[in-house]
Amino acid sequence: MGITGAQALIKYLEKEGVKYVFGYPGGAVLALYDALLESKLIKHVLVRQEQAAVHAASGYARATKKTGICLATSGPGATNLVTGLATAYMDSIPLVAITGQVGTDMIGTDAFQEVDITGITMPITKHNYLVKDVKDLPRIIQEAFHIASTGRPGPVLIDIPKNVSSALLEEDYPASVELRGYKPNYKGHPAQIKNLAKLIAEAQRPVIYAGGGVISSNATEELRELAERINAPVTTTLMGIGSFPEDHELSLGMLGLHGTPYANYAVTECDLLISIGVRFDDRVTGAIQKFAPQAKVTHIDIDPAEIGKNVTIDLPIVGDVALVLKDLLKRVGSQEHHTWLSQIQKWKEEHPLRYANDDQLRPQYIIEKLGELTRGNAIVTTDVGQHQMWTAQFYKFVGPRSFLSSGGLGTMGYGLPAAVGAQLAKPESLVITVTGDGSFQMNMAELGTAVEQKLPIKIILFNNSYLSLVRQLQHYHCDQRFSGVAFTGNPDFVQLAESYQNVAGLRIAKKEDVEPVLQEALSNGKLTVVECRVSEQELVYPVVLPNKGLNEMVHFPADEGGRYE
Amino acid sequence: MKHTLAVNVENRPGVLTRIAGLFARRGYNIDSLAVGKTDNPLISRMTIVVDGDDRVIEQVSKQLYKLIDVIKLTDLTTEEYVDREMILIKVNADPAIRGEIMQIVDIFRARIVDIGKNTVIIEATGDESKINAIESALRPFGIKEVVRTGRIAMSRGLKNKNYKS
Repeated sequence: MGITGAQALIKYLEKEGVKYVFGYPGGAVLALYDALLESKLIKHVLVRQEQAAVHAASGYARATKKTGICLATSGPGATNLVTGLATAYMDSIPLVAITGQVGTDMIGTDAFQEVDITGITMPITKHNYLVKDVKDLPRIIQEAFHIASTGRPGPVLIDIPKNVSSALLEEDYPASVELRGYKPNYKGHPAQIKNLAKLIAEAQRPVIYAGGGVISSNATEELRELAERINAPVTTTLMGIGSFPEDHELSLGMLGLHGTPYANYAVTECDLLISIGVRFDDRVTGAIQKFAPQAKVTHIDIDPAEIGKNVTIDLPIVGDVALVLKDLLKRVGSQEHHTWLSQIQKWKEEHPLRYANDDQLRPQYIIEKLGELTRGNAIVTTDVGQHQMWTAQFYKFVGPRSFLSSGGLGTMGYGLPAAVGAQLAKPESLVITVTGDGSFQMNMAELGTAVEQKLPIKIILFNNSYLSLVRQLQHYHCDQRFSGVAFTGNPDFVQLAESYQNVAGLRIAKKEDVEPVLQEALSNGKLTVVECRVSEQELVYPVVLPNKGLNEMVHFPADEGGRYE
Repeated sequence: MKHTLAVNVENRPGVLTRIAGLFARRGYNIDSLAVGKTDNPLISRMTIVVDGDDRVIEQVSKQLYKLIDVIKLTDLTTEEYVDREMILIKVNADPAIRGEIMQIVDIFRARIVDIGKNTVIIEATGDESKINAIESALRPFGIKEVVRTGRIAMSRGLKNKNYKS
């Protein structure tokens, strides 16, 4: 007598070390939920909408490097996962999503709550499965975990028809995974690594450009050692934030569209660009023909398809970032770049990140204070918008897995559910969500999830009743004709917070409130919403406009003698 | 330039969709695609003809390789290879003109595989230019129906033997 597919699934999830399943039940997953009740090792976290389940699993994965798990029913449950799967796919986050499906005899009949979720998610998952026979379930679960977490990580979806969950199964978990077509290449080619060492030795003006790949392969120590040994400044992508300590003298902060001026200048002027675990996103490169025009461009990445995809690469190395950097470190000696670094220092002094630090309440000031009060010692999730860019610019991140944000897809509504996942993963850590009124309203129902789970997340909410990053785009591209960006029906977010049990609602309306209110929020031990009333007229600077090179960015107006709005 | 890719894939449902979908969403154009089982029933072989410069072909190949179900990919264009396409053509063939049609069929070393009351079906194999040529030679008789397989290809000599499990 065997066990059911559902019971087997839970058993195998336990075997894979799963502690949390973020999900939402429904008719097609009744057996799975029933089996879940029996597990002593796995806790189910009931979200308010399936999109939050996948974001929470993603937050969990980003904070820990473990694979996040979410569970949804068929049809609408499954389609609600789509945005979260695409978010995880773009940012290479290891996830296993499990969906229920109508019985195999009903597939293709447009049955109630039937949807072809494997068809829908093909372009936004690393791989996906429809389990037609319960005998395949053990192999598929094992393959899914293997695929999600190895090579370039990514989400994998397993669609399990109702009758497969309830069918009896004799098979056990396979001893090992055998996938003919999937053999990631971890070790970089020795000759190429040698060539890179040679280029490094010859370079006068090197820049290291680090991305999310450094964090996913846990290579931050190696990155730091390389930067210090070869005396090269390090700039990061949005996804690479935390891969290199931003209080380090070699740190240039983030580059790109809203990057620091000195990072953008350094990349434009460098003679060697050492790209590590990045994907040359258009938000990073600006006009591609003007990107790093004087540099030999080298690229280390586990995914060969990323190499040469957007930018011509002079020296590619396919492999795991940590392993390649370890090998590289054996071959590079100490370097000094006094002239180059003093040029960079000059840029840092001439063009620091700026905002109007006057008597008005400025969001950048709030972020800066938040960074000071936490000393970078927190996990910060963000949503998408101006607040996200200011967090990337003004909060000094010093360690990996401390900045969790939707980079590639730019998913509003990501911040709070991701914080739920991160706080469950790291109960001892201070977890903060920085959000805007637009983003927050996309998934604010997850306050209920956080309340249920007793999570003391701190939500710093910039409220200007506007979609202000879109407003900023309209400022530049639509001649300040602001269309569809004003919210006139916002709730009182403080009251909203307090309508939940044991949630604190605080408000910052003026500059003097910032420090005391943030201090109270950070120390009250409760789930807290801090509403900050800010102006919708604030713009993110610098900004690289379309078809412009990174060095042609628009600076903070006061720096160029202009008027600051 | 047209490239001929030989792609060994797992013989599973949905694999063709994954491949075709990848081409569609990344904006690559498939000129032709032929697929069938290999000597190993767990493996299918696809011959994909795709048009593009070296950069496009490199990306196509790398992206295809990322699919878990893709086992091996070879760009045959860079080596010596044999390629064939097959065509079935149904043409008008009143008894009076059948002789003329049969002459054309002989010239192209094709075969007549069916004779109807007023039509014949001709089968021909060859490379793309031969197939194009027979099709245009038969056009004056009035083509009723045409079906072509798309290109299949194999490298010459011992290289790139079929992948064994």
